[in-house]
Amino acid sequence: MGSNMAECHPVAFQWIVEAQGKGGKLIHVDPRFTRTSAMANLHIPIRAGSDIAFLGGLVHYILEQERYFRDYMVAYTNAATIIDERFLDTEDLDGFFSGWNEESGTYDTSSWQYQGGVIHASAGERGAPRPSGDGVTIEGAPPHSDPTLEHPHCVFQLLRRHYARYTPEMVERVCGVSQQKFLEAAETICDNSNRERTTAFVYAVGWTQHTVGVQFIRTGAIIQLLLGNMGRTGGGVMALRGHANIQGATDIATLFDVLPGYIQVPTAKDSPDLKQFCLDQGGAAGGYWGNLEAYLVSLLKAYWGDRATPDNQFGFDYLHRVTGDHSTYQSTLGMVDGSVKGFVVLGENPAVGSAHGGLHRKALRSLDWLVVRDLYEIETASFWYDSPETQSGEVRAEDIATEVFFMPAAANAEKSGSFTNTQRLLQWHDQAVEPRGDCRSDLSFTYYLGVKIREKLAASTEARDRALLDLTWDYPLDPKSGEPSAEAVLREISGRGPDGKLLAGFGALRADGSTSSGCWIYCGAFADDQNLPNRKRPGQEQSWVAPEWGWAWPLNRRVLYNRASADPEGKPWSERKRFVYWDEAQGKWVGPDVPDFPGDRRPDYQPPPGATAEAALSGDRPFIMQADGVGWLFAPSGVVDGPFPTHYEPHESPVRNPLYEQEHNPARQIFRRRDNPYNPTAGEPGSERFPFVMTTYRLTEHHTAGGMSRFLSRLSQLQPEMFCEVSPELAQERGLRPGGWATIITERTQIEARVLVTARVSALRLGDRVVHQVGLPYHWGSRGLSRGDSANDLFPLVLDPNVHIQETKAATCDIQPGRRPRAASR
Amino acid sequence: MTAATTGRRPAVSLPMWQGGGTRMGFFTDSSICIGCKACEVACKEWNGVPDIDTGFTGNSYDNTSALGANSWRHVAFVERPRPDTGDGVQWLMNSDVCKHCTRAACLDVCPTGAIFRSEFGTVVVQDDICNGCGYCVVACPFGVLERREEPDGRAFKCTLCYDRLEVGDEPACAKACPTQSIQFGPLEELRERAEKRLEEVKREPRFAGARLYGESKDDGVGGFGAFFLLLDEPEVYGLPPKPVYRRTDLALLWGAASVAASVLTLGVMGSLRWRRR
Repeated sequence: MGSNMAECHPVAFQWIVEAQGKGGKLIHVDPRFTRTSAMANLHIPIRAGSDIAFLGGLVHYILEQERYFRDYMVAYTNAATIIDERFLDTEDLDGFFSGWNEESGTYDTSSWQYQGGVIHASAGERGAPRPSGDGVTIEGAPPHSDPTLEHPHCVFQLLRRHYARYTPEMVERVCGVSQQKFLEAAETICDNSNRERTTAFVYAVGWTQHTVGVQFIRTGAIIQLLLGNMGRTGGGVMALRGHANIQGATDIATLFDVLPGYIQVPTAKDSPDLKQFCLDQGGAAGGYWGNLEAYLVSLLKAYWGDRATPDNQFGFDYLHRVTGDHSTYQSTLGMVDGSVKGFVVLGENPAVGSAHGGLHRKALRSLDWLVVRDLYEIETASFWYDSPETQSGEVRAEDIATEVFFMPAAANAEKSGSFTNTQRLLQWHDQAVEPRGDCRSDLSFTYYLGVKIREKLAASTEARDRALLDLTWDYPLDPKSGEPSAEAVLREISGRGPDGKLLAGFGALRADGSTSSGCWIYCGAFADDQNLPNRKRPGQEQSWVAPEWGWAWPLNRRVLYNRASADPEGKPWSERKRFVYWDEAQGKWVGPDVPDFPGDRRPDYQPPPGATAEAALSGDRPFIMQADGVGWLFAPSGVVDGPFPTHYEPHESPVRNPLYEQEHNPARQIFRRRDNPYNPTAGEPGSERFPFVMTTYRLTEHHTAGGMSRFLSRLSQLQPEMFCEVSPELAQERGLRPGGWATIITERTQIEARVLVTARVSALRLGDRVVHQVGLPYHWGSRGLSRGDSANDLFPLVLDPNVHIQETKAATCDIQPGRRPRAASR
Repeated sequence: MTAATTGRRPAVSLPMWQGGGTRMGFFTDSSICIGCKACEVACKEWNGVPDIDTGFTGNSYDNTSALGANSWRHVAFVERPRPDTGDGVQWLMNSDVCKHCTRAACLDVCPTGAIFRSEFGTVVVQDDICNGCGYCVVACPFGVLERREEPDGRAFKCTLCYDRLEVGDEPACAKACPTQSIQFGPLEELRERAEKRLEEVKREPRFAGARLYGESKDDGVGGFGAFFLLLDEPEVYGLPPKPVYRRTDLALLWGAASVAASVLTLGVMGSLRWRRR
């Protein structure tokens, strides 16, 4: 669901095809019938943005038909945990949970906590960072629980009540999915989820790019925990990333509020004391976040080397402090409003790839300076003389003051480095050819930028410049090309011990400053001075887990939470699914993978009083990153918009929420301003002007915002023009001619596209009305060999409150035959 | 699951074709084609095939449209109602290619010898010999051959990557195919694999109409060197159900033409004779 794997990840999809050959079944739930659907055993068309209703329907089915994996669920999830009696559900408050603050537009999550013990949860204020531990800190007695699952306030009963109305009839009404198809999917999934079999959920941005995106994924996680599909081979909830190294970029921290290895950036409000900060961030908790101080100090040592000492808290004060929400779209608005003056863009094309392209281009026009590094002069670099706004005459190049620096970038074959794929697997690639002309790698650019800035500051005595001047910035350079060594960077990320030797894994990291590691979860990637990501031993020549192909973080572990592949006593759930299990004779865990916990930790281990970190978790707790060691059906912390996923309509929807009076996610991020107008949603005056649902997606033939495909003739000729996909019914209703032109209209703008009439887009029946959907690939822009209007120009800024991602997978629009108005009338 | 379908690709060793040596070919299994067109791109890159400019066709995701001088692999996309249930859609994809016929009319009609049968049993056009006469174009029962108008009208088609085969590598399209829908190997071996694969595919009710196309030595062209597993009748994919070795026709045509010519000659002679009178 939420993924078009065959089209967007065709290479990874070979494994799905192989699994099908072994009898595996593929169910594809998607608004359109795509190339993935063509390969699926069952395709279920769904109204874009209604996935929680569908998944909630599955939860309902699993609970009511008692299809859950009871032994797994009771032992490994918080199903039995009793929740604070002050907690009120959306069933009680018609779409709100307890703790809603209308004025701030946020939840006070204190009533969502576990009953008993003392529980600190740091989730809260929207836009503020959350604890690295992503969890509760449990002090004192363990929380109350009822293993019989009968207590009315235990998670299991709350879950049952929360989804009581998510019946097959409701799924049909909300999603437009026939009950028969829904039940076929539910039965198939349940039949394949037990001791002998597992089911995997695969998603991509079709789940994330919504105002309830995080909750889509949470619902998938709940289903997998109920069915016992986590930590077991063939199970899991797998996120397909949109680019070869997005996972790596996330791990090594591209986000404003995250340091490498998912450590939170301290905020201005956090304790300035390193130890206290670590304790507040989950360092007092059970689980591996309990070692946060060791991870953070090692990171600071990697940054500042000998200049990081106990006397200066290892440079903790050198770290920037977050003062608010500085996510992508906030920064864009900051540019428009004048608070952000400069912008460096690497490997991204926000003028095409981000929601509300017009607003992005307005932001670019407001900058003092802009640096774009790319393979070609993409729209983000050309906005000042070649954009919809300059074409229409709305703006003129001579009126734009932004100074643009376009830097030619080296492509992947022109540089060495590692990609981290969706499965956390690091794979090294060697440079094949020298980059041409002035093209340089991003590594080279960043390194020499640092060198130049440090040169300029060399004489500075300002305290604020110490962080830059004290950095370790001494990478070996290729004598001929001057290119910094990417391997040296990976060595630094992997980490060293007191003797300078490369460390075997993050267990060796210390908080006393004797170790360094640029990203604790990557620690050991270069163990024994070997580039482990560069291993390429063929699969046939090793165990089926193939541990000697590349290197997976952490510790080359291929299945996370693999303690859950065995029962609480450490025995495999079944012979067929035997994976990591306890061998009493050897006194250790055995199996083809690296155990996800200390290898000699007995299944019956009970933590002694005062134990911390992983030692505080008993031997039958598989979810080692959680303070309580179990999977969370109910999230008492870490999610700002509710402990249970709830169906809300997209911000722009043609229908009212059939489940609650509250239409939308109340905690979503809205930006009401003149340059970001919203379409009226169902129930508001004028909503009839935008009767259709639109959704965006990618095609195999192009790559995201087009920088890597629209400039290549081989790819451009395969999908030469921007088009929209509409059903034959909608084509007839609106007079759209196959191969002709259509104009798609929202409050933001109108764009034109060629018309592809196809039965692969079906009209969906929701109760007494029919909803049409318009499909829009988002690859095009004004540059390149293959040009066209940008689908993202149609969308508004409205975001998920947890991760600030835009809602581009479901909004409303109108569609009319013919081309859009030209020139100034646009 | 057999190695035939998606097992990892075995290393290919290429025995030489020495009068009855091993014939190499393609087995294109459309049941696992995901329509990614990697074969089209890989072919063009390796063989330096010129770009095409069909623009947006509006015909499903097919903007290549047909095999030709500048498209040696072509993925066909067929959208239609699901045949078994009638409910919903079926989207068929198949990567079409030159069939490298056992009885290759293009080769037999080529007056310059530009088209030859290689040591691998494949049918290859030598572009430095071709004079652009176009006889092969009309001879091909599949419309594979086409003259490249620019610069000089010579004919081009799939060579089954003759240059790669010569150095023991597999053709570019097969190498690039992510799902192994395109398999390359000794033809006899491929035929065995295909038979087994067909049995597997047909077990699924929606694929009851699956069949092999071009694997039989008894068809009109003596079997294909590049054959297919299709999920329905060949016509559905725009392929001729009963391809004919068209040199037979041509021979007849030539015969008819020569008769006509004789008659004409006689007539002219007669008329001359008459005039002389």
